[in-house]
Amino acid sequence: MLISIVKRVGSIAVTLLGLLALTFFMGRMLPVDPVVSIIGEQADQATYDMVYHQLGRDKPLVTQFYLFVRDMLHADFGNALFTGHRVADDLAKVFPATIELATFAIIIGVFVGVPLGMLAAVYRGSVIDHVARVVGLLGYSSPTFWLGLMGLIIFYAALGVVGGPGRLDVSFIDMVEPHTGLLLVDSLIDGEYEVFWNAWRHIVLPGTILGYGSMAYISRLTRSFMLEQLRQEYIIAARAKGLSRMRVIWRHAFGNIAVQLITVIALAYAFLLEGAVLTETVFAWPGFGRYLTSGLLAGDMNAVLACVLIVGVIFIGLNLLADLLYRVMDPRTK
Amino acid sequence: MSGSVSLRDWLTADITLSPRQASFQRLYFGWMRLRANPLALLGLGIILALVVIAVAAPLIAPGGFDDQSLDARLLPPSGAHWLGTDDLGRDVFARLVYGSRTTLYIATLVAVIAAPIGLLVGTTAGYFGGWVDGTLMRINDIFLSFPGLILALGFVAALGPGLRNAIIAVALTAWPPIARLARAETLTIRKADYIAAVRIQGASSFRIITRHIVPMCLPSVIVRITLNMAGIILTAAGLGFLGLGAQPPAPEWGAMLSTGRSHLTGAWWLATAPGVAILLTSLAFNLLGDGLRDVLDPRAD
Repeated sequence: MLISIVKRVGSIAVTLLGLLALTFFMGRMLPVDPVVSIIGEQADQATYDMVYHQLGRDKPLVTQFYLFVRDMLHADFGNALFTGHRVADDLAKVFPATIELATFAIIIGVFVGVPLGMLAAVYRGSVIDHVARVVGLLGYSSPTFWLGLMGLIIFYAALGVVGGPGRLDVSFIDMVEPHTGLLLVDSLIDGEYEVFWNAWRHIVLPGTILGYGSMAYISRLTRSFMLEQLRQEYIIAARAKGLSRMRVIWRHAFGNIAVQLITVIALAYAFLLEGAVLTETVFAWPGFGRYLTSGLLAGDMNAVLACVLIVGVIFIGLNLLADLLYRVMDPRTK
Repeated sequence: MSGSVSLRDWLTADITLSPRQASFQRLYFGWMRLRANPLALLGLGIILALVVIAVAAPLIAPGGFDDQSLDARLLPPSGAHWLGTDDLGRDVFARLVYGSRTTLYIATLVAVIAAPIGLLVGTTAGYFGGWVDGTLMRINDIFLSFPGLILALGFVAALGPGLRNAIIAVALTAWPPIARLARAETLTIRKADYIAAVRIQGASSFRIITRHIVPMCLPSVIVRITLNMAGIILTAAGLGFLGLGAQPPAPEWGAMLSTGRSHLTGAWWLATAPGVAILLTSLAFNLLGDGLRDVLDPRAD
């Protein structure tokens, strides 16, 4: 087991290096001369040469790559031109907003998706199975940004039952200390219940819409894992022994798919980062996704590459975590 | 009618007389199974309707997609403008109709770019094995370690916005799952007797891969592309929504949605119509893909 983990970590290291190479080349593909974009068209040749040298563009490509990797490993992503701050500082500031949103979404995805998938499998072919299938298909097929707009039109503009774009109403901004950066938690720590309620009203809609996609994914896989288990002979044996239907379903069948589900949930959480890019744009949510798109529209490669790289690292990390959990928790892999 | 009867006999004959008859029989039986699945047929119907709309766009919307009239800005749906007008007074219905061209253009080009790359990489890796396999699959893993949209955003950032670059970016994110699938298929057939037979006859590796392995992988690759097409369309629409895809005044559903964002309270129809169009298209590909998968692999749930 130890050897296989070491092997796995080794292959992760190679993948990470590849990830760095990919982002490095993305940065070099740019048709715009980065030197010109810093000093402008009017600068003389001496200034050009100086900046060219400062950027390290006169060094061999291998050396440039080495320097790039060194910077990235030190979380030194350079400065973001469009905010004027260091990218690493910016990211530290925007990430909690995304974590809060994604966590809200995954909670919905798990607590609705798993029971829905279970019910659909147990009552296969029934009304609830069909409902689950339609809900899932729509979840796969809907553009999340469109659902967000529709949600805003109906629940914010027409009915006024939820907060609008942003994390808080303007009058509540900066009222609580950023202990964790998660507003729902910070407001409770400070005992500002009004702020908590306002933040809640703002996160409900984007969080639910973002969670819908993961719910569709989780319920579909829960259903197919459960069907696989219910087909097994040990289920019949347990029933024949006189165990109740509920006990067999929850204790035996669900117990066996729990480990698989953890992998699925970890992956779903990683995919929320993708959904967050669009959802945050729709809801003006000041998180990682909006930072990425703002950087993109401003043509700021430092910010974009840092974001792309971080998503890749998180993705690989969550995959590794799911894999390790699987090995630790599932006795069959021992 | 005797012609069609004999055609059916030819298609259902127990003993096939030519390879061509055998392949037509496979197609025929597949079609019979697909025909039994109403949802898959619905998906196919929507896609065909979309193709017809795209081809006949000038007939359906004779006004064209860029007919501005600033007197008629943000009009609600009416007899003259079925889906209202946008902030430049352009007919939303006409733009929607022409937008189907953009969507199909993206879908087709992505499939045409991504499928051959995926097939080539996957079959090569699977056939040769060893370090070739290791290297190619490692590259594949790197591409798979990003969610599609994020990777596409990275490429668009590097290449610059625009429809052509968006297509390249999406295609670059679409080939890895195909490669993985083609590799798995190749692994199951590379030890087959008929491969050994053609190798003994002196066929080169290139010939074996392109003539004897790729055709075997095609059906499952087509299903995979159809299933992934829903995601591809959503990613492309997302790029358009962010302003990184087709540039104005070209009609693109995602970009149309983003205009709707600035008129949420006043003009709900701006954001509604293109969203429904995107939803229907991606739903259609999901339904058809599910049906095709059932045809090819009845065991899978």
